[in-house]
Amino acid sequence: MSLFAPIQWFADWLTYGVFHITEKTLLADAVDFFIFDTIKIFLLLSVIIFIVSYLRTYLPPEKVRLFLAGKNSYLASLLAAIFGIATPFCTCSAIPLFLGFVEAGVPLGATFSFLVSSPMVNEVALVLLFGLFGWKIALLYAFSGIVIATLAGIAIGKMNIEHLLEDFVLKNRTKNNIVIQKMTMRARYERAIEYTLDILKKVWPYIVVGVGVGAWIHGYVPTDFLASYAGADRWYAVPFATLLGIPLYSNAAGVIPLVKVLTEKGVAIGTTLAFMMAVTGLSLPEFMILKKVMKPKLILIFASVVGAGIIFTGYLFNAVLG
Amino acid sequence: MTNIKVYGSGCASCKRLHERAVLAAKTLGIEGEVEYVTDIQRLIDLGVMQSPVMTINDEPAIVGYVPNEEEIVKVIKETIGT
Repeated sequence: MSLFAPIQWFADWLTYGVFHITEKTLLADAVDFFIFDTIKIFLLLSVIIFIVSYLRTYLPPEKVRLFLAGKNSYLASLLAAIFGIATPFCTCSAIPLFLGFVEAGVPLGATFSFLVSSPMVNEVALVLLFGLFGWKIALLYAFSGIVIATLAGIAIGKMNIEHLLEDFVLKNRTKNNIVIQKMTMRARYERAIEYTLDILKKVWPYIVVGVGVGAWIHGYVPTDFLASYAGADRWYAVPFATLLGIPLYSNAAGVIPLVKVLTEKGVAIGTTLAFMMAVTGLSLPEFMILKKVMKPKLILIFASVVGAGIIFTGYLFNAVLG
Repeated sequence: MTNIKVYGSGCASCKRLHERAVLAAKTLGIEGEVEYVTDIQRLIDLGVMQSPVMTINDEPAIVGYVPNEEEIVKVIKETIGT
């Protein structure tokens, strides 16, 4: 990737010129890898998060729900899944988002599609995937994320789950007060800068640790070491990776550099993708928060449907690419 | 009198916005407490779908992000027109 050649040059210069580490040693390899990957990821993150967060000021969830309200439930699920990529998502917004969608008359299934895709297909994950795995895997991830979100929403929508929502949720349906903030170009620009810095501040320790541990594994763990435990022919690897991903939400930024080296060491790509989707899409803190609006049974249904989708995708990619 | 409230679900960024709003109000010499509302229903009643939210005289002024203290001071000044 010639775009990153200057970074490679800089990493080489630091490793061999400044630190005087002997070439072709394991240590040199690990240090070089660490410097290169860290700089590359931060550059990509800064640029892309800025662009995305600038553009998304034009598409707040308040607008999305107006667009989705009253649409056919299949179409609404697909659109909600796609919008999920572009709209900001913070676990703390899960409740107001959910209630706001229901209130505006967005089909319940579509609301779930949005809840799945918004955290799962996010720009931080996509940037990291693009930077570390290349555009094909990033695209594959985005595409399967949208498919899972759409289908999960449609499936949940078919289940007649209204009685599993907390009582006050449906009361909101009668109201329809919508506030869309007007913003100047300057405000959008400032918001994007702030948002970018905020994300970078939040994720940098995870990335440094993730890349650091990754660099160590890259240098010191033999290639294919993990193949016998987590290769494509190990049936239990995908569900295990999915379960493992659930409690790791806050560390998504650190997990991706780590799984990059795990694939180098023989973990199948489908297993890796399933793991990342579970990290971003199935989050324990989000479930805790969702308890305010839905009964535990519904959260369980939600998690199982999404989990099943992720596991299926993992097997599929292991079979096709493995 | 200017009334400032912060609405949030109790998450980290909501708490941060509240802390900064308190400081901003102090800087501007605004009397009265900056109330921290965690009742989600009241947030929904405002007509917004993102948290945290800061309202000035019960109108949403900051929605879904946490600006720094200076920015909050600026927003308050612009809204109450001083």
